[in-house]
Amino acid sequence: MDNDQLKDNLIRLVTHLGDNNLILGHRISEWCGHGPVLEQDIALTNIALDLIGQARMYYQYAAELTGGNATEDSIAYLRVEREYSNYLLCERPNGDFGTTIARQFIYDSWHYFFLHALQNSADKQLAAIAEKSIKEVAYHKRYSSEWLIRLGDGTSESHVRVQTSINDLWKYAEEMFEPAAFENIAISNNIYPRPALLKEQIDSFRLEILNSATLTKPEVSYFQTGGKTGIHSEYLGHILSELQYVQRAYPGLEW
Amino acid sequence: MESNYNLETRFQERIDREEKIEARDWMPDKYRKTLIRQISQHAHSEIVGMLPEGNWITRAPTLRRKAALLAKVQDEAGHGLYLYSAAETLGATREQMIEDLHTGKAKYSSIFNYPTLAWADMGAIGWLVDGAAIMNQVMLTRTSYGPYARAMVRICKEESFHQRQGYEILLTLCRGSEAQKAMAQDAVNRFWWPSLMMFGPSDKESTNSAQSMKWKIKRKSNDELRQQFIDATVPQAEILGVTLPDPELKWDEESQHYNFGEIDWDEFWRVVKGHGPCNEDRLKARISAHEKGAWVREAAVAYAAKQKEIADQKAISA
Amino acid sequence: MKKNDWPLWEVFIRSKNGLSHKHAGSIHAADADMAIENARDVYTRRQEGVSIWVVPSTSIVASNPDEQTELFDPAENKIYRHPTFYNLPEELNHM
Repeated sequence: MDNDQLKDNLIRLVTHLGDNNLILGHRISEWCGHGPVLEQDIALTNIALDLIGQARMYYQYAAELTGGNATEDSIAYLRVEREYSNYLLCERPNGDFGTTIARQFIYDSWHYFFLHALQNSADKQLAAIAEKSIKEVAYHKRYSSEWLIRLGDGTSESHVRVQTSINDLWKYAEEMFEPAAFENIAISNNIYPRPALLKEQIDSFRLEILNSATLTKPEVSYFQTGGKTGIHSEYLGHILSELQYVQRAYPGLEW
Repeated sequence: MESNYNLETRFQERIDREEKIEARDWMPDKYRKTLIRQISQHAHSEIVGMLPEGNWITRAPTLRRKAALLAKVQDEAGHGLYLYSAAETLGATREQMIEDLHTGKAKYSSIFNYPTLAWADMGAIGWLVDGAAIMNQVMLTRTSYGPYARAMVRICKEESFHQRQGYEILLTLCRGSEAQKAMAQDAVNRFWWPSLMMFGPSDKESTNSAQSMKWKIKRKSNDELRQQFIDATVPQAEILGVTLPDPELKWDEESQHYNFGEIDWDEFWRVVKGHGPCNEDRLKARISAHEKGAWVREAAVAYAAKQKEIADQKAISA
Repeated sequence: MKKNDWPLWEVFIRSKNGLSHKHAGSIHAADADMAIENARDVYTRRQEGVSIWVVPSTSIVASNPDEQTELFDPAENKIYRHPTFYNLPEELNHM
């Protein structure tokens, strides 16, 4: 593989990491003003701000690699559905607070261990982003784990609700462990951690928290994947039509 | 037991000496009630005020703007929280205050009953609505009730970026394309008069003002603050290059203030009474968030109770 | 307080090591862990702190404002507790 191909591959990888955070951050930002209690409204917005901030770091790096007129915003705002490569999990609707917590827990449990490994990336810039992000994500993981336990081991209603959310979302819990082609290339260049090596740790962490929450790990007969190659659910298009509205209605302007 | 007359006289003397009143100090019942009403109304305004701007978070045109707007709307939640806490020092409970908001017993600022129809509205709200609020809030940092004054100090510190955030949005639009300029002007047209209404009825009509001034809960009248806001804002409009929608707006050399046209008080009272464009939607959104959160609040309480029981049992067996 | 309302906690924040914790405000939370996190999310958004204490508001014991004079006024005339009470020659610069 020549240098240009390697660079293109790195851009895809970095953009993918940005997309995960942007799309999930977008979803969580929908909570702002509608949280179950004032303190949690503020807490969720902190998480949204962290994720959008992290997305910006990845996109800025991708823009730098792309060169030309590329900016964080041209990457965030001016692509079509098939060009976004976030996990399907990130675009799932907020549902009730329990669904949002379940989605966050699945994401955080991967995100934390992933960033931990990414800190050793041969790509210095990615390693630096990981080092900066992991502090925020350590808190997210703590927050979503504690809330999963509270809801799972709270009332019978909350238990049923959050078990249902976990059941519904678990089919999206393993997309991160199946490397796409661009990930495999990065793995072979020591830029990216091998997902299979993280899986054991993540599985055992997930199981530990589910147990503390008195929740059952769902039996999933088929895990959904496709986000990384741009085969999304129908939700993403609607997220993008909101996200991109102003940029699309008034192309090429400063805001 | 001291007579109420003496207590009230001594209370007023403390106020006159510029002493702050603290939560456990004796205070006239009416002072307490006035404060609870005013502070909770102020808190509700922050919380309901999240909705019109929240309407644009997912549509903010750049990531930088999105982060700033999110942080700003989140600050409003924080400010609502500080204010509810200040009211709680007076014996009100947050739950009761929220119930009063939801049943319509408690009011919030009418400005939030207007819709946000374009990105430029984020600019106009930051510049005009926050600008008007800041006039009031700076005054309230010196209010006579200690916990309220301290909440306001914290709020004013945090708010300092809000107005700049809004002004920068408008400035970018006003230096942009014709469509952007038109968008900015339209937003200013829609938010100018409602912003002036935020200061409340004119002093002639304002029933609670005199006593609040005597107790130094407020230190400037509605009309004084309104004038102060207009005087500060007109030159800022000139820098932007937008026209404020008031043909009578004119500098008066003699008074050293701007003269301005008559506010449409019929509109003011109509919106206060619930007939603004978004009154029902705003309240519905708040009630829905609260009701949908009930099972979450309940689960957390149940979990905490279980944990306490486990801890207590451990303590007994130890 | 109704059954499902979260209790009130007072929040104290150390802004940096070397300084003491100072009252910042209050929050509602169902349990102590959540109280710490809510305090963090609400009161340290602008790097205001490096350490947080939370105390259930009902656990605070406060002096009675009606007893303010007997509690605090007696300290007023003990001026010998302050360095300026002592007359020393000026050439003794820093004591």
